[in-house]
Amino acid sequence: MAASREYRHTEPRWLRATLTLIAVGFVGLLIVLPVIAVFTEALRKGLSFYVQSITDPLALSALRLTLLTALATLAANLVFAVAASWLIAKFSFPGKSLLLTLIDLPFAVSPVIAGLIFILLFGARGWFGAPLARQGIQIVFATPGIILATIFVTFPFIARELIPLMQQQGTEEEEAAILLGAGAWQTFRRVTLPNIRWALVYGIVLANARAMGEFGAVSVVSGHIRGRTNTLPLHVEILYNEYNFAAAFAVASLLALLAVVTLVAKAALEWRIRVEQRPAEAAQEA
Amino acid sequence: MAIDARHVSKSFAHYDALKDVSLRVEQGELVALLGPSGSGKTTLLRIIAGLDAPDDNPETAVFVDGEDISRKPVSERRVGFVFQHYALFRHMTVFENIAFGLRVRPRKLRPADSVIRSRVNELLELIQLGRWAAHYPSQLSGGQRQRVALARALAIEPSILLLDEPFGALDARVRQDLRRWLRNLHAKIHITSVLVTHDQEEALEVADRIVIMNQGRIEQIGTPDDVFHHPASEFVVTFLGNVNLFHGRVESGRTVIGEVAVGQRHESSVSDGKSARVFVRPHELEIERQQLNGTSVPSRVVRIQSAGPVVRVELTSDRGEAITVELTHDRYRDLSLRTGEEVFVKVRDARVFVADEIVGDYTI
Repeated sequence: MAASREYRHTEPRWLRATLTLIAVGFVGLLIVLPVIAVFTEALRKGLSFYVQSITDPLALSALRLTLLTALATLAANLVFAVAASWLIAKFSFPGKSLLLTLIDLPFAVSPVIAGLIFILLFGARGWFGAPLARQGIQIVFATPGIILATIFVTFPFIARELIPLMQQQGTEEEEAAILLGAGAWQTFRRVTLPNIRWALVYGIVLANARAMGEFGAVSVVSGHIRGRTNTLPLHVEILYNEYNFAAAFAVASLLALLAVVTLVAKAALEWRIRVEQRPAEAAQEA
Repeated sequence: MAIDARHVSKSFAHYDALKDVSLRVEQGELVALLGPSGSGKTTLLRIIAGLDAPDDNPETAVFVDGEDISRKPVSERRVGFVFQHYALFRHMTVFENIAFGLRVRPRKLRPADSVIRSRVNELLELIQLGRWAAHYPSQLSGGQRQRVALARALAIEPSILLLDEPFGALDARVRQDLRRWLRNLHAKIHITSVLVTHDQEEALEVADRIVIMNQGRIEQIGTPDDVFHHPASEFVVTFLGNVNLFHGRVESGRTVIGEVAVGQRHESSVSDGKSARVFVRPHELEIERQQLNGTSVPSRVVRIQSAGPVVRVELTSDRGEAITVELTHDRYRDLSLRTGEEVFVKVRDARVFVADEIVGDYTI
């Protein structure tokens, strides 16, 4: 239907040219140029300095912490998002819209405030800080705090992908499965999960991008202890503040590369989802 | 296996979907639940399946084959269920869809792979889709999908088969074919079946018995002949096909429309002066050129539609009522009607209701 529709120009030439120029100008100035700048600055002192910067023990420890944080965050968000989406999409219960609003809360709250919340809760003078400290558990200014803050910030990403899809798919397939004798777990594993798998991976990719790049919330709870509580974005900031620009950009380029990998994965997934949905739509029209 | 649902009620926040409904379906019967949307037919079906819970009431029970299944988990009820929108598993092939019910059985009860395969192939044969086994639901037409859904439901050898508007999403032609196919299938396997539909033609054609529902209650239960020819309420008359309504009154024990008396004296004593509602189907009216001793209504022909198996003539009576008459083509030719002509409409059969109470069912 859409494929056969011919594209027709209805706007005058000057308007089209202006709009195109604005769009290209913005993308070039705000996205392409900075990316180029990152890589040129990173390589300003030569390739060997670049390699040295990113293999520096402090940089490597920051990379390790970033990957660990991303992994832990995704695992936690995955479990939460699937459970919450399943609940919201397939059942109706009192407080459902409140839950939906709460899931969106991290989108609305500044990451810095998110960080401060955890200081308030788990800091030395926080609600749970002292009792936990007596047990020898440190949350804030340690890895657990960084992971908690990142979970908070990336909370909505996966759930927001799943909820609309699951709502659209409805509950009939699950009902059919149960009527055919499947138990709850079998129904989830054989029917619900396969139906959402690509949206799930898509949500994970988005959440991962955010988790690896998160600065504000993590900056507040990390304490910036080099080699222990520095993530890649924090490490970049420290290097930059020490006027070590080439090294800062070298490490930043590492983050940029991680982002590129994420984007490629996202594009591949979008293509995959489109391919899967196409025959279904075509058959529905028939 | 017989189904016996007793005293089933279901209320939602803003309305009562079912009001103390009891229904018995005999072993091997195919019963249609017929009614407009919101009449509670689907709710009743879902309660029998266990997908919805009836309101709490100690008298409420759903027996299948003499066993109360109200407290049994849905997955253990062995109910075959067919959804209006198929509800096929979109990520599984046709073969895997049909095999699903066998594959999810606990290991001890699960048939061997070879048994599953031959069972699925048998069902594919039954629905005539053997060549489509490896296709996905999205690659099938609506009619094919619904046949797969039916095969999937039958794969678990259900004790009863419940069909929720199974042909509702299909176009007219496919619907006709599938109806006949379902009728034949039922004649072959004789499984106790309940079919929900809002299409009276479908119910009349397919079902052994029809349950007509309205606003959460059962209006009438009977064979297609019963409900069509001997409707128990005004709702049943108007719901089952087109019908003309004449407003009359009771005069000295008879129903009179204008100056025309309909049928004999009422058997029950109905007091004079009450208003009566007279229902006549289009094929139960006759058009005459002459008025014979005051038994027909003077009318004018407004429109003639002769393309079809019968000729539909629309008229307006001298009292301003719109009347539709169906004639055979032969009769139409004999009359050689023209629009605008003055003719006389004679009532052959009629059902007379006084205050929604049937008082006369006449053949005149």
